Amino acid sequence: MTIPILALSGISKRFGSVRALSDVDLEVGAGEVVALVGDNGAGKSTLVKVIAGVDPADSGEIRWLGNHVSIGKPHDATALGIATVYQDLSLCDNLDVVANLFLGNEAIRFGVLDEIGMERRARELLSSLSVTLPSPRVPVSALSGGQRQSVAIARAMLGSPKLVILDEPTAALGVAQTAQVLTLIERLRDQGPGVILISHNLIDVKAVADRVVVLRLGHNAGEFVAGNATEQNIVSAITGAAAAAASRGRSTGTGTISITEGER
Amino acid sequence: MSVVPEKQESRLQDPPAVTPPATGRQARARKQRSLTAWLHVGELGTLPVVVSLMSIWVLFQILDPNHRFLTAANLSNMVVQSAAVGMLAVGITLVLLLGETDLSVGSVSGLAAAVLAILVIRHSVPEVLAIGLVVLLGLAVGAVQGTIYAAIGVPSFVVTLAGLIGWQGLQLYLLSPQGAINIPDHGIVAALTHAYLPALAGWSLGAVLVGCHLVAVVVDARRRRAAGLPCLTPSRRVARLVLLSAGVGLTIGVLNSARGVPVALLTVVVFAVGCDVMVRRTRFGRGIIAIGGNVEAARRAGIPVNRIKITVFALGSAMAALGGVLAVSREFAANQSTGGNDVLLFAIAAAVIGGVSLFGGRGSTYGALLGAAVIGSINNGMYLLQLDSSVQFMITAVVLLMAVIIDSISRRGRQLPAGASRRP
Repeated sequence: MTIPILALSGISKRFGSVRALSDVDLEVGAGEVVALVGDNGAGKSTLVKVIAGVDPADSGEIRWLGNHVSIGKPHDATALGIATVYQDLSLCDNLDVVANLFLGNEAIRFGVLDEIGMERRARELLSSLSVTLPSPRVPVSALSGGQRQSVAIARAMLGSPKLVILDEPTAALGVAQTAQVLTLIERLRDQGPGVILISHNLIDVKAVADRVVVLRLGHNAGEFVAGNATEQNIVSAITGAAAAAASRGRSTGTGTISITEGER
Repeated sequence: MSVVPEKQESRLQDPPAVTPPATGRQARARKQRSLTAWLHVGELGTLPVVVSLMSIWVLFQILDPNHRFLTAANLSNMVVQSAAVGMLAVGITLVLLLGETDLSVGSVSGLAAAVLAILVIRHSVPEVLAIGLVVLLGLAVGAVQGTIYAAIGVPSFVVTLAGLIGWQGLQLYLLSPQGAINIPDHGIVAALTHAYLPALAGWSLGAVLVGCHLVAVVVDARRRRAAGLPCLTPSRRVARLVLLSAGVGLTIGVLNSARGVPVALLTVVVFAVGCDVMVRRTRFGRGIIAIGGNVEAARRAGIPVNRIKITVFALGSAMAALGGVLAVSREFAANQSTGGNDVLLFAIAAAVIGGVSLFGGRGSTYGALLGAAVIGSINNGMYLLQLDSSVQFMITAVVLLMAVIIDSISRRGRQLPAGASRRP
């Protein structure tokens, strides 16, 4: 791999007395889908917020295309070329697809909205991602969950980002719609940007990710090449079964408590 | 479930882009949209209000033993009577689009009326300047209320409820001890609701309106074709143009056969068109609709949410002040009941009857104007029938309730998942 787009090293983040992240490393290259997995509270969302500038890290180093950068607010991340698609979509139901794609970033012609220019670019964008919609002029309220997610992802692509972060893009979707979104993620990657995919669903992860990075209780808990790892390997990294080298019968619950106490 | 949802489902579950969808299927999908989705996704537009306006007119024409309702003189009268409420309704539409309410518009119009009369009569301020000052007062009042709501986070309902009480108090205070101030019946203020355009001017104005629409449609179609985008079929464009021309022509013809196009109508229509262009064609307006749809999404998209909210409240109050000016003009006086009583309720009712959603993000200023026409028609018809205002209130309540029920049903339809929302 050449110079990664994003390289995090030694990222730590505290909320009061709780260490949400300690010494986390993560690298994402161009055209690569890195899945970030972990149990609830493992620090996935916190790490995403660090990268997106919503909640900056306390310590650690962020390198962007090899250069040291600091991401202190969301605008910094956007300026670098990081686009984040949050779980709750951030679409306006009452506006049509074109309006949602360009929300807050509308094209202006002679002082008024350039609807035709925006619709043309929207159609180009949607067809380049092979997103099929009844029409880009339908309100988002008329779309299915998968179509909405596709629109949200397409919107992230509008600024030609170098890194796209997808937070649980398939969490609320049915089987067919999940397949639709996974295909979209592959197409996204083929257009060049690095992709960080956060997911609970290991089937999805294995389907599209190139690498799988496991977080557990705020630490790096393993990294796999998606093609080589079995689901079992990943699950034991997530639950800490491998790290603790304990019997299979040991529950995750007790593991969590003991480690948390050790942290304090 | 009918057949329609199944069709929808099968379309949605097609594997994306394995093959380009057949044109036949596309056509069928589009047809489905135009029939079912259009009705059930909540894009009813102004259809219900047009239908109810027509029914009310026919009803009053039949009920009145002398059949005076649909006479040119009466309709012309009704237009002028509805102007003040229409202006308030256009202003409050902007606030409703945000998903908020402004309960103070009636009081603000009353305050503006009092201040206008005081400036003109007690301080001999020229009428044009006084109108300008009163509009500025409206802007300031709205900006203060908007700031308390947007920046401090007090619910708009409460802020403007305080405004409703407080500004009316100030109005009464300013008008004491006389209680009423008369204005001259020959000035610009009086002319606003007592002047009419000459017939020729009315016709030219209508021609300009239709001409502008025609040019806009042609330019739009050209650009769409140049950009390779689908556009409306010629037959639909022609149908629209014919409908518009017929509507404008009929209105001007009827008004000209009475006293001409009222200046009051012109004023209100200018504001309605201006606000509509602002809402649908500018970034500011797109921001209003986005906030009304999903304020968090708007904020994340970098839209200056607070600034837009404050501006909208200021604009709403400024238009309320103008409504107050129209009220003074109509009565040649500002008194203690100007802008009081039912003015606020009629303004909100007009907007809601006109299809403006109380939940935000949907509706148009044209709808609000049509809603004001519905309210005006009920008032006027009741007067012709010599019915008490008690009956008028009850009828208005029923119409309003029906409008809100339509709004709520179509909103519920929108909230269901796409497959389930197409209910027959």
